[in-house]
Amino acid sequence: MAVAERDQQAAVEHVDLETTPLRELNQRLHDLAGSPGPAAWRIVNPNGAHAVACGLDSDVEVEVEGHVGYYCAGMNKRATVRIHGNASTGLAENMMSGLVVVDGNASQSAGATGRGGLLVVRGDAAARCGISMKGIDIVVGGSVGHMSAFMAQTGSLVVCGDAGEALGDSVYESRLYVRGSVASLGADCVEKELRDEHRTQLTELLKAAEIDADPADFRRYGSARQLYNFRIDNAGAY
Amino acid sequence: MAVTERPWNLRESYLFDRTVIAEIQRASREGIYDIRGFGAKRRLPHFDDLLFLGASISRYPLEGYRERCATDVVLGTRFAKKPLELKIPVTIAGMSFGALSAPAKEALGRGATEVGTSTTTGDGGMTNEEREHSETLVYQLLPSRYGMNPDDLRRADAIEVVVGQGAKPGGGGMLLGHKISDRVAEMRDLPKGIDQRSASRHPDWTGPDDLEIKIGELREITDWEKPIFVKVGASRTYYDVQLAVKAGADAIVVDGMQGGTAATQDVFIEHVGIPTLPATRLAVDALQELGMHRQVQLIVSGGIRSGADVAKALALGADAVSIGTAALVAMGDNSPELEDEYREIGSSAGFYDDYQAGRDPAGISTQDDDLAARFDPVLGGRRIANFLRVLTLETQTLARACGKSHVHNLEPEDLVALTVEAAAMARVPVAGTDWIPGSNRT
Repeated sequence: MAVAERDQQAAVEHVDLETTPLRELNQRLHDLAGSPGPAAWRIVNPNGAHAVACGLDSDVEVEVEGHVGYYCAGMNKRATVRIHGNASTGLAENMMSGLVVVDGNASQSAGATGRGGLLVVRGDAAARCGISMKGIDIVVGGSVGHMSAFMAQTGSLVVCGDAGEALGDSVYESRLYVRGSVASLGADCVEKELRDEHRTQLTELLKAAEIDADPADFRRYGSARQLYNFRIDNAGAY
Repeated sequence: MAVTERPWNLRESYLFDRTVIAEIQRASREGIYDIRGFGAKRRLPHFDDLLFLGASISRYPLEGYRERCATDVVLGTRFAKKPLELKIPVTIAGMSFGALSAPAKEALGRGATEVGTSTTTGDGGMTNEEREHSETLVYQLLPSRYGMNPDDLRRADAIEVVVGQGAKPGGGGMLLGHKISDRVAEMRDLPKGIDQRSASRHPDWTGPDDLEIKIGELREITDWEKPIFVKVGASRTYYDVQLAVKAGADAIVVDGMQGGTAATQDVFIEHVGIPTLPATRLAVDALQELGMHRQVQLIVSGGIRSGADVAKALALGADAVSIGTAALVAMGDNSPELEDEYREIGSSAGFYDDYQAGRDPAGISTQDDDLAARFDPVLGGRRIANFLRVLTLETQTLARACGKSHVHNLEPEDLVALTVEAAAMARVPVAGTDWIPGSNRT
């Protein structure tokens, strides 16, 4: 039975981006914020399109079958977006709430400036994952690239693999958890004690992300808070 | 003996004048660069170096008090479903809540609304006060993304992607700890009291190809309703404007190096970027070469103080201008009435530029509740409206004198330059000659 036919029987709204303009798809998804509509959607043939399912603001479930371009699920509120493929730059950027899951890898700036909700990358995330994050939680099943959590303000980044160079450069109050190796820490980022409250949080985040890992294997990193105020002795770090 | 009474045989160094000596000595005491507000204070080529050729025998003027000279402007006609329709070609530039007090932001909205123009948020998100009091509000998307959210994107009337500002092209925002109050900290998701150093690059795009995709996302999120502006600090203006057009901007804001700031290193303010005058000409050149002049609107800012500045910017090809520092002054910044209080904090009316310190006795550039309470947003709004009206009347006066029935009909041919530099930068002839330096290079 074809996917479209199965979706029809399961009351899943089926949208083929090969034949439906992106504008039409996003408008229909946005209209759900004001009036009820299908609660489950399946998008096929995204073929790397940019801005797929961005700006959603309803309790809808969206499954994307294939690879997406930049800014998929950008500024997401409330919705669940699952991408069965890879995602390009700015996945779930400035996300407010809800859940975004990518089965494959995510390119740079995944979860950038996110303010809430949970972003799960089952594969690897490239450079600047969680850059300037402001409350979002991000769980990466694999590794993250360089400058991840740059200027991260609040929220947590969990990395089950390794972290690239300059992790947490100029980090503010975000919590960074890494299971594997860290190539280097950025300015003002230090290793911190992993206490019970952190193990509890890790347990919850890994469970929510449906990733099997032991919280005890992680190390915690965060701000040394030495660059919070200008101090001439730190001139080399500015 | 007072300094002004010094003997005539004492000669001050041009190279090491008193301000230079004071700065060297301050730097050696404090060990950190000077951070201040306001804009460039050095002498720069500006619109003052241009003059209008009023009508005479070859061209006839419009009657000053009887014939209509229209001032309306529409911004964002290229792609947006809902372009901005403004009654005057003068808008209020982006200034953050954080840099400015909440009552000052409210006053800017009140004044702009009274005369039918727009105001703009800043590097701190949108406050309810400014949305409520601004009929037309432009919402800035900055590298920091403080306060950014899709609800405010949708309740804005236009979106301005800020790549840079004239006071510091290539630099990020700055707000020192004493202005990070509880409310500012909450809006920016930052700890209270830290020295905030914003990023200078956007977190999720790099370069013109990415910018095009970013603009596409913003259009999708807002269902293609809102005009999208791109703001650049004036530096490589010709290329920046062409790249912004290519990226899909509806309108472009070019902020010259005289543009103000709430907190930036003095060395940055005075030594980076190019003046508003050449930037305006370069931006118009870029648009004309693409056949996009008037299709993609050009908004010029940086040192606009009078209707003469407005008229000259429009004559060079801008569609509108923005004011920032002049708006603060109109609301009471640097007022002589506050001289005693300026003296107490080591400054003087007419010289005050310590916006970063948050101790503004006028209650404008502060987050101190007691100081902010001294500022009356209703009175401030009236002063903004009055000042905007004067700018408009002055612009119309000059346009009528040149025989124009719309301020946009002013053209470079109405201008001459007083200096060789201004002639070369604006590409208009030196007064009394047909010489445009640099225009006949072979």
